[in-house]
Amino acid sequence: MARSVTTQHKTIATVAAWIVALLIFFPILYTIITSFKSEQEAIQGFSIIPSGTFESYAEVQAQSGYFKFFFNSVLLSVGSTILALLVAIPAAWSMAFSPTKRTKDILMWMLSTKMMPAVAVLFPIYLIFRDTGLLDSRIGLMIMLMLINLPIVVWMLYTYFREIPGEILEAARMDGASLWNEIVYVLTPMAVPGIASTMLLNIILAWNEAFWTIRLTTTEAAPLTAFISSFSSPQGLFWAKLSAASTLAIAPILIMGWFSQKQLVRGLTFGAVK
Amino acid sequence: MKLRTLTLGLLSASTLAFAAHAESITIATVNNGDMVRMQKLTEDFTKANPDIQLNWVTLEENVLRERVTTDIATKGGQYDVMTIGTYEVPIWAKQSWLLPLDKLGDDYDAKDIIPAIAGGLSVDGKLYAAPFYGESSFVMYRKDLMEKAGLKMPDAPTWDFIRQAADKMTDRANGVNGVCLRGKAGWGENMAFLTAMSNSFGARWFDENWKPQFDQPEWKNTLQFYVDLMKADGPEGASSNGFNENLALFQQGKCGMWIDATVAASFVSDPKASQVADKVGYALAPDNGLGKRGNWLWAWSLAIPAGTQKADAAQKFVSWATSKHYAELVASKEGWANVPPGTRSSLYANAEYQKAAPFAKMTLDSINAADPTHPTVKPVPYVGVQFVAIPEFQGLGTTVGQLFSAALAGQSSVDDALKQAQDAATAAMTEGGYIK
Repeated sequence: MARSVTTQHKTIATVAAWIVALLIFFPILYTIITSFKSEQEAIQGFSIIPSGTFESYAEVQAQSGYFKFFFNSVLLSVGSTILALLVAIPAAWSMAFSPTKRTKDILMWMLSTKMMPAVAVLFPIYLIFRDTGLLDSRIGLMIMLMLINLPIVVWMLYTYFREIPGEILEAARMDGASLWNEIVYVLTPMAVPGIASTMLLNIILAWNEAFWTIRLTTTEAAPLTAFISSFSSPQGLFWAKLSAASTLAIAPILIMGWFSQKQLVRGLTFGAVK
Repeated sequence: MKLRTLTLGLLSASTLAFAAHAESITIATVNNGDMVRMQKLTEDFTKANPDIQLNWVTLEENVLRERVTTDIATKGGQYDVMTIGTYEVPIWAKQSWLLPLDKLGDDYDAKDIIPAIAGGLSVDGKLYAAPFYGESSFVMYRKDLMEKAGLKMPDAPTWDFIRQAADKMTDRANGVNGVCLRGKAGWGENMAFLTAMSNSFGARWFDENWKPQFDQPEWKNTLQFYVDLMKADGPEGASSNGFNENLALFQQGKCGMWIDATVAASFVSDPKASQVADKVGYALAPDNGLGKRGNWLWAWSLAIPAGTQKADAAQKFVSWATSKHYAELVASKEGWANVPPGTRSSLYANAEYQKAAPFAKMTLDSINAADPTHPTVKPVPYVGVQFVAIPEFQGLGTTVGQLFSAALAGQSSVDDALKQAQDAATAAMTEGGYIK
């Protein structure tokens, strides 16, 4: 009896999870479906069976070359992530293994910068970029994306590093390991899963960032967020083309997310299961 | 082999030298059908001007407005040509942010630009932006439903007729709404429609001393009429509907009448996109017998920021894109119906265009019926038919738009919305130093 109740609960939970997952995924699914419709089909109301035309993809590619934007997105998200890790790993290690009484305050302060609306600093940032010649430059945008994601990267790494028992480090020292050997042969192998999931999450955040990537670029450094934006029309119904552009923009990160979902879920829930 | 290598090397070097010499200009624009077509046809320009390369930045309208405003106000120098509207041109020209267009070429024929449009893009007699396409607003209606209702749409209807026709055409059981109007909040969305409508009711945003006028009976009459009409005969969820939403409804046969931009005529009469393409009639925007109609005037135009280092190349491009030659180029490639409308008088005198675009005469009559310098029944200190050409209007217009959209959605009463609009406008005008 108890077993059948448990099975029933499991079934209900599974069905509920599928419903929630479908509800969350449906807008993306419908965007993909719409991208295979003609413009006329797209405005004719709800339908999940497209005619299967590729005309929107062809027009999107002809209208504004996808690969230039794609290349910029890859470069900006990977580049900003590497920069962020270079800064965040020493910062998180220092806070995790040599905390002071101000460490918690510093962490909270870092996180609080994420709560500020981006538009509030648009003009100062724009002027700095203008005066330093960084407008529409990939390096400028990499620095910007690194800065806005840095608080989350530091927090995640700090949470990971805190999980590593201090006794292991002590044991390594007892065995005569130097600081360098301790970092390279003891700490790093243990932190690799944490660094990997932080890196994946940061790539996704940088890929999806739309406020600064649209406002600080024009032609040279514009990534896929600018590519999507260029298909939104105030006067005209181009839903199929807009859907095709959106599908092309989200496909790479969606595929990457699918293959790395284990690491991502682990990274996102790590602190919560303590 | 050596000779071949040498020749190839020389060719590559000369190509590189040429590329280095070529001047590239960056053009910021929106993703409207006419703009996309222009991008496809630029080979005609680059062939005639091989020393000029074109870089396009296409953005969503609000983002474009924010980006070009930021760029021009900070002299960022990111763009050499900007697509802007009749709202920005007089304000930016007065700030000396735009270059006057005085090198458009001998054969440009600036006098051919429709006077009402040219007036909206000029300051002190100088043209600061060249119109790429212009529009007013008018009534698009279903001839079959009008006939079924036993009515005949006059060329110049009154608001009372519109209400009577909307009541008779509404057939909710069959999904037909008598009238579809903008309700989505925004200075360029519901407030474009409502400001133009208020002109025909005798209302105005400000009196001659910049005192807000939302506490006057004319505004109450305007907003009450609009809310009552939409509640009785408008579509469900109308407070979220802008141009594109109403376009979709009309094309699907769900609107008896739609009062909106004249540029919509080419969409609703296109049999590939519209289910009612052969049933659409056109009439002037309604009035109340006070001497002003409820139609607006707008032109997407090409302007050159004062900070550009490539003014000559930019003027060459603007001249090409807004010329008679460009209209002929579009006609030869895609037919006369696809020529950007509302900018040149010569287009409307062209028999082939009149034949291809049955809405041509009504479009021109609507544009000519709008007067941005005298938009209202009573005198006003501002320029602009559906907007007030002051920098504060974008923010204020959107705030008032949100209040009126809430009244349409039933979240507040007409009286409350007007009182809050009066308070918001008074605060903005006081802060701006217009009133004490």
